[in-house]
Amino acid sequence: MSAETKDLASAPLVRADRLTCRFDVSRPWLERVVAGAPRQTLTAVADLSFEIARRETFAFVGESGSGKSTVARMVVGLQQPTSGDVTIDGISMSDPRSAAAREKLRQRLQMIFQDPFASLNPRWRVDRIVAEPIRAFGIADGAAAEQRVAELLQLVGLSRTDSRKYPHEFSGGQRQRIAIARALSANPEFIVCDEPTSALDVSVQAQILNLMRDLQDRLGLTYLFISHNLAVVRQMATRVGVMYLGRLVEVAPRDELFARPRHPYTRMLLDAVPDLDMVGRQRKPVVGEIPNPISPPGGCSFHPRCPLAFDRCRTELPVMTDSAGALVACHAVADGRIS
Amino acid sequence: MNEPLLSVRNLRVEFPTRRGILTALDGVSFDIAAGEILGVVGESGAGKSITGAAIIGLLEPPGRIAGGEIRLKGERIDNLPADGLRRIRGKRISMVFQDPLTALNPLFRIGEQLSETIQLHTGMKPAAARERAVALLTDVGIPAASRRIDAYPHQFSGGMRQRVVLALALAADPELIIADEPTTALDVSVQAQIIGLMKRLCREHRVAIMLITHDMGVIAETADRVAVMYAGRIAEIGPARDVIKNAHHPYTQGLMGAIPTLVAAAGRLTQIPGTMPRLDAIPKGCAFNPRCPHTFARCVVERPELLQAERSRAACWLHAKAAI
Amino acid sequence: MVSQSGNEAGGPAGTGWLARAWDSDVGYSFRTSPVAIGAAFVSGLIILATVFANVITPQNPFDAATLNLMDGFTPPGEAGAGSGMTFGLGADSQGRDVYSAILYGTRVSLLIGFASTVFSLVFGVTLGLVAGYVGGRIEALIMRIADIQLSFPAILVALLVFGVARGLMPPSLHEQMTFAVMTIAIGLSNWAQYARTVRASTMVEKRKEYVDAARVIGLRPFPVMIRHVLPNVAGPVLVIATINLALAILEEATLSFLGVGMPPTQPSLGTLIRIGQQFLFSGEWWILLFPSLALVILALAINLFGDWLRDALNPKLR
Repeated sequence: MSAETKDLASAPLVRADRLTCRFDVSRPWLERVVAGAPRQTLTAVADLSFEIARRETFAFVGESGSGKSTVARMVVGLQQPTSGDVTIDGISMSDPRSAAAREKLRQRLQMIFQDPFASLNPRWRVDRIVAEPIRAFGIADGAAAEQRVAELLQLVGLSRTDSRKYPHEFSGGQRQRIAIARALSANPEFIVCDEPTSALDVSVQAQILNLMRDLQDRLGLTYLFISHNLAVVRQMATRVGVMYLGRLVEVAPRDELFARPRHPYTRMLLDAVPDLDMVGRQRKPVVGEIPNPISPPGGCSFHPRCPLAFDRCRTELPVMTDSAGALVACHAVADGRIS
Repeated sequence: MNEPLLSVRNLRVEFPTRRGILTALDGVSFDIAAGEILGVVGESGAGKSITGAAIIGLLEPPGRIAGGEIRLKGERIDNLPADGLRRIRGKRISMVFQDPLTALNPLFRIGEQLSETIQLHTGMKPAAARERAVALLTDVGIPAASRRIDAYPHQFSGGMRQRVVLALALAADPELIIADEPTTALDVSVQAQIIGLMKRLCREHRVAIMLITHDMGVIAETADRVAVMYAGRIAEIGPARDVIKNAHHPYTQGLMGAIPTLVAAAGRLTQIPGTMPRLDAIPKGCAFNPRCPHTFARCVVERPELLQAERSRAACWLHAKAAI
Repeated sequence: MVSQSGNEAGGPAGTGWLARAWDSDVGYSFRTSPVAIGAAFVSGLIILATVFANVITPQNPFDAATLNLMDGFTPPGEAGAGSGMTFGLGADSQGRDVYSAILYGTRVSLLIGFASTVFSLVFGVTLGLVAGYVGGRIEALIMRIADIQLSFPAILVALLVFGVARGLMPPSLHEQMTFAVMTIAIGLSNWAQYARTVRASTMVEKRKEYVDAARVIGLRPFPVMIRHVLPNVAGPVLVIATINLALAILEEATLSFLGVGMPPTQPSLGTLIRIGQQFLFSGEWWILLFPSLALVILALAINLFGDWLRDALNPKLR
């Protein structure tokens, strides 16, 4: 689509611009003074930019310490970025001047969490949990809210009689359905899903993933999908961003990424995933482990594990460059040393 | 036919609670041959970890073995007294857990923990035990083992710690290692390394591994044979390739379809309706019958035994052709 | 693992909370613990007896008109020389029935105990919740004050508060304000424990995803704390409150015994013990023994109940 015909509907819904998030991980003040230790900061997310189009599922995939969950928290406003900004439909998630607009915006975005045993208040009944956003935004109250809760429970495959039960009376999969019903209750357009199935068994995971896709088709939802599981990401995403140590190393449409991974890290990750089709097959050996994110390697942070690393990778941070349909941050790809 | 290394017959494990007795395992039978990797898969609550714990005699009270027998090279080990069990545990059968930090004492150097285990089970002298510890650490892929042997567990990364735990499990040259979710806490790239390592150790040390995991991908890559568990019973057991590519039990078929892969079309995943029954509400007949697309009269009244289905055996009446 | 939680699943959703509490794990633990049942029974009995003290006692021991000086020092079980009524636990120097005095005194002790416990609970829980949820400098300030407070014996803090309050008030108010001053003095000496516990559990709870879920819909910190966090940190608070009730009663008794607490016109158990110890060596042992015994039984019953509650609510010990 050319820039001239770009109207409001085709503009990206979410735009993140050079998001950076640092955490102070120093020990408490008294201990630090006694031990004479310096302050320590951890850069969880560094200089991350991306866009999410309406009705697509954009996924971030990465291993532990990649910063993918921090990105999710910054997008919904649970975490203030140290620098950079997220705008949703043109409204900044951190600028104090857009506070009023942001209050309105909150109704349009929601989040689904990883652990269905922690994401539902154990002291609340299901109807109160599901109706909380409805009441908070003043959408409905009393009998109307009750009716809406019953509809939502049926929509996610539960029964309306479940509304009087407590979360502990449900299995993990059923709880995740309750969490989804709650997320949908205020009719959001955009849902951030942070590892929504990684605490679930595979057969339950299949139910939840199918449900999420059905709901997306029916309600026209946009998803930001966070997962460490490449197969799940492949199942759900339209576009994928691969993260390593707080940085985006590759962004590509789903089929492109899985068919032709470009960044050496993406290749290694795809090689490492145990897969049903790997029965009895020998694989390429994977080397090294993720370095401590408090002191990441200089240059390209993947260089100590990269089979293609050369001098430039050790000193110079690669920037995102277009590589025939994908964005890749790798000197080797930029120099054409690998295709 | 030579005798299997481990033979489990009709194992039944019960947990008495104040709301009645829960049957966590019911009629579980399988063999593990020497040097073989048997994968045990199932969803949470299927009883896979309890099977491992029952074999090594580490059932959490009030759990107890209520029936059946477990034989190690023909010798019964399920009814051994505490000190008899101790002589087997760690020496002939050792265990690897999901979290390497629970297996290693944070207050002792890894060399001390390794040598202690070696001395305890082999009666080696301290100097020889230390030498063997270095050899073991080198064997599991710890670089500069002779130097790192004096480090504490927290000085190792997650993957390195799991390697140390594997060295510890190998310390007394066991015949069987029970590995309960050994790679679940690890990142995929590290998981791949540990899988590779386990396969090599199994081959080189001629040790059998019972690999308990919920991850079918790990099983596909590692195991020779697979047992699929459902509601405390074995639903299907057979060569890994057959169970994964040519499943005979409707539950296994559903399970395989439910797993997203990196190769198949990313269409709708197969969905098994409902959830696994709770242990206090296991249906009569076949435990899977309320969720099964092929249920017929017999499934609701009579529990199927493991029946031959090509190279596998499945606990499903669909395979009782001779009886019909 | 074998799941024992979620045992109500499939049960009728409409059963009353009492039936559910009875059927819950805590209810089961109560039903099977003779110590808990005994302690609850004794505590309940004492509370009931003090509530109906004016019905079940033969005299109002603090109404001078009902006393007969001739009954003074009547030993337990004997009839008084003046009124002729039988004194089950004896009479004191004024001819006051010790049994009646104990029930009225226990009433005062329990009232101060409850009031000061509620005071320290509300104060401590509020500060702990704010410290744990907000963090940063506010947390540091609150917790350092708590640390300093905890490095003094509680009785010293109570004495200090009591002294300061007395000094600020005109002497004419002393008598009638004693109850309020005692409540605040004891209450202020015990808040730090609540604050510490609540801060710790708040820090755990606020990282849980249900708190994030509430924040995503734009809920402000105050509603999140009250609606979401508070109900989930209440369990340990209940345990501390029970054990603290016994401590507060003992603390009150100590203050009154030292003569800085309740006056003889409004005696608590501590006051009675102070009065009684004057007669210990002259042979009138019952004036000291029975109030002391009452105090010990009361504190013990509440403590045993609190101990059981702590174990029952701690899933690790079950």
